[in-house]
Amino acid sequence: MTIAPTPRTDQLLTLRNVVKHFDISGGLLDQLRFKNGRLTRRRTTVKAVNNVSFSITAGETFSVVGESGCGKSTLVRTTIGIYPPNSGEILYRDQRIDNKNAQQMLPFRRKMQMIFQDPYASLNPRKTVMQTLEEPVVFHNPRISSADVRQRVATVMSQVGVDPKWAGRYPHEFSGGQRQRISIARALMVDPEFIVADEPVSALDVSIQAQILNLLMDAQQQRGLTYLFITHDLSVVEHISTRVAVMYLGTLCELSPAKPLFETPRHPYTQALLSAIPKLGRPASQHIRLRGEVPTPIHLPSGCVFHGRCIHANQRCRGEIPMPKQVETGVIVACHGIEEGRI
Amino acid sequence: MSHLLEVIDLEVKFGLRFGDLTAINGIRFTLDRGERMGLVGESGAGKSVTGFAIINLISKPGFISGGQVIFNGQDLTRLGAEQMRDIRGNHISMIFQDPMMTLNPVLTIGTQMIETLLAHRQINRRDAKKIALEKLRKVQIPSPEKRLGQYPHEFSGGMRQRIVIAIALITDPEIIIADEPTTALDVTIQAEIMDLLQQLCESERTGLILITHDLGVVSQVTEKMAVMYAGKIVESGPTDRVVGNPRHPYTQGLIKAIPGNLQPGARLSQIPGMMPTLTDIPPGCAFNPRCPLSDAICRKQEPPFVVVDHQTREVACHMVNPEPSEKTP
Repeated sequence: MTIAPTPRTDQLLTLRNVVKHFDISGGLLDQLRFKNGRLTRRRTTVKAVNNVSFSITAGETFSVVGESGCGKSTLVRTTIGIYPPNSGEILYRDQRIDNKNAQQMLPFRRKMQMIFQDPYASLNPRKTVMQTLEEPVVFHNPRISSADVRQRVATVMSQVGVDPKWAGRYPHEFSGGQRQRISIARALMVDPEFIVADEPVSALDVSIQAQILNLLMDAQQQRGLTYLFITHDLSVVEHISTRVAVMYLGTLCELSPAKPLFETPRHPYTQALLSAIPKLGRPASQHIRLRGEVPTPIHLPSGCVFHGRCIHANQRCRGEIPMPKQVETGVIVACHGIEEGRI
Repeated sequence: MSHLLEVIDLEVKFGLRFGDLTAINGIRFTLDRGERMGLVGESGAGKSVTGFAIINLISKPGFISGGQVIFNGQDLTRLGAEQMRDIRGNHISMIFQDPMMTLNPVLTIGTQMIETLLAHRQINRRDAKKIALEKLRKVQIPSPEKRLGQYPHEFSGGMRQRIVIAIALITDPEIIIADEPTTALDVTIQAEIMDLLQQLCESERTGLILITHDLGVVSQVTEKMAVMYAGKIVESGPTDRVVGNPRHPYTQGLIKAIPGNLQPGARLSQIPGMMPTLTDIPPGCAFNPRCPLSDAICRKQEPPFVVVDHQTREVACHMVNPEPSEKTP
C-alpha cells in the first residue's frame, strides 16, 4: 500500500469519456405509445454511465463509491469488457480494449480478473474447489501439465489461507469467509495484474471482513496487484484506497487521493455522503441532510445531475453540465460552485 | 423500580431430530420507557432470535425453553395466543430489515395502516385514517393524503422503511424492536432513518431495541448495548463505555476489526477463525478457541458475569477481574 504520487507514466488503465446506456424499451409493441391521437414509438434508456474519464496507476487501489444505482458496478463491468461501452475509449497499457473481439481480448482477460460480492452465488455449487480453480489456468494455458496445475492450485490455496487438502470439497462445505477466499484464489490463479473487486466484503461479518481485507492487502503487496474496488462501505474505502472516485447518477463528481477526500471532501455530494457514515463515538444527527431523492437514471436531470438535491445549486447548475476540473494536485471535482469559488 | 421490559435468563431451543439445540441462553437485560438499547453481534449470534423471543414469535421447531420476559408486570412467555396478539403490534412493534418483504404489495399503504389500527382499536375508519395521516406526517412523508392511496412499489426503499416505521408506530407502542432496519439501505438514507427512529423514540417515549451488526449505528443511536456471541450476551453496559473501553476480548476484537479506527493501509486486526455453529459450541467459554487471552479455565468453565465500571457493566469473561476500587466498601 505504498503508492507515492508517482508520475503519470505507468498508467495501467485509462477510461476516456466512457458512456454506457442500456436500452430497456423491450420489443416493438412495448415501445409504442398512443399520445395526442397519434401512435409514437418511444425508446427508454437507462443512462448508467455518462462521460466518465479517469486513469488507474499500476499498483494502486482505486475505489469507486456511491449509492445503489449510481452506476458503479456498470462502470467497472464496462471497464473490464463485460459490457461494451456505447462510446468512449478504454485503454489497457496504452492499447484500446473496448473494440476488441473475444479472441483479441484473451491476452487481456488473463491480466484482468474479477471478484464478486456474493461468494454463495459466484462459485459453481457443482464444481469442487479444485475444478473451480484449475479452470482458468487450463483455459489460458492449454498445454500445461495436470501436475503443474495441481501444484499451482495448492500454492494459491495456501496463499489465501484455505488448506489445499480441501481441494476436493464443494463450495457448500465452506463458510462465507472461506468461500470468498476461494473466489480470491480463483482470481489469482492466472497471475493477473489487475483485479476488479465488486463489493468483495459486503456480505461478510466484521471479523471475517477484516480477514479478507488483510488477505487482499497482502496479495497486493506480494504480487504488485492493482485493484479497482467497489464498495458502499466508506470505512473500508478509507482504509484500503489510494484514490477514490465518487459517483452520483452515472457521473463522476469527485476524484481524489483517499486522504484529502476524507479530510476535506469538496463536492457537496461527497460531503453529504461522508457525513452519513456512522462512526464509533460520533453522535448521529450531525450529518448533512439531502433534500429529495435520487432521480432515476432514465430521466437524468438537466445540468448538474446533483442540482435537485444540492443546497448550493443555482441557475447555472440547473442548465449546464459541470466539467471535471482539477482544483488541487490530483483532486478533480465536477461542480460549478467550486469552480466559481461559491462553495 | 420496575422496568418496562425485563428479560430474565431467556433461553430458546430448537428441537431437531438429533436433540435440542440451544440458540440463545442466559439472555437478560432491562428496558425502560424511552430507553434505546442496541443488541449487537455477527450473523448467527442469536440477536434476531432474542428479538423474536421477546414477542413470543419463535416458530417451530424453536421454542422458549426457559426464562421470563416481563412486560408491564406480566410474563409474555406464558401468555396465550389471543393475549399475545394484543401485545404484538399494539404494545410492542417490530420493524424488519427489508421493507418490501414487510409490506403487502397488493394493498395500498393506507389500507395496511388502517387495518393495523382497526385490529387493535375500537374506532371507525375515518378516525383510523386520520391517525394514519398523522403518523405519515410524523415520519416525514411528503403529501401524505396522496401517498395513502399508493402501493408499496410506488415508494423508494427509504420511503418504504419510513412507512414501515409509521405502521409500527400507529398503535403508539411502548417498545419498538428494530431488526437491522437500515441494513438494506444506502448510508445517506440509513442516516435519515436512524435520525427519525431516534427522534420518534425520544418524542413518544418509546423504548427501542435495535438489533444490528453495525457497531457504528449502535454507538450513534443507543444509550446502552449488549454484545452477543454464540447465543449469549458477553458484554453489556452503557454504549459509550462499551464502545470506548471494551472489556470482553470479543468486543475488543470486533471494534479493532472495523476499518477506520486505524492508519489507512495498516493491517486490520482480525479475530482468527469464525463463530461456532450451534451444533459445535466449544465447552467452557464459547469464545475460547478464538480468544488471545484464553486459559485452561476458559476451556472448562463457562464464565460468570463480572460486574465492572462502577456497577454499570457486566462482562462474561474469566480474564476480567472486578476492579478493587469498584467494590463496595
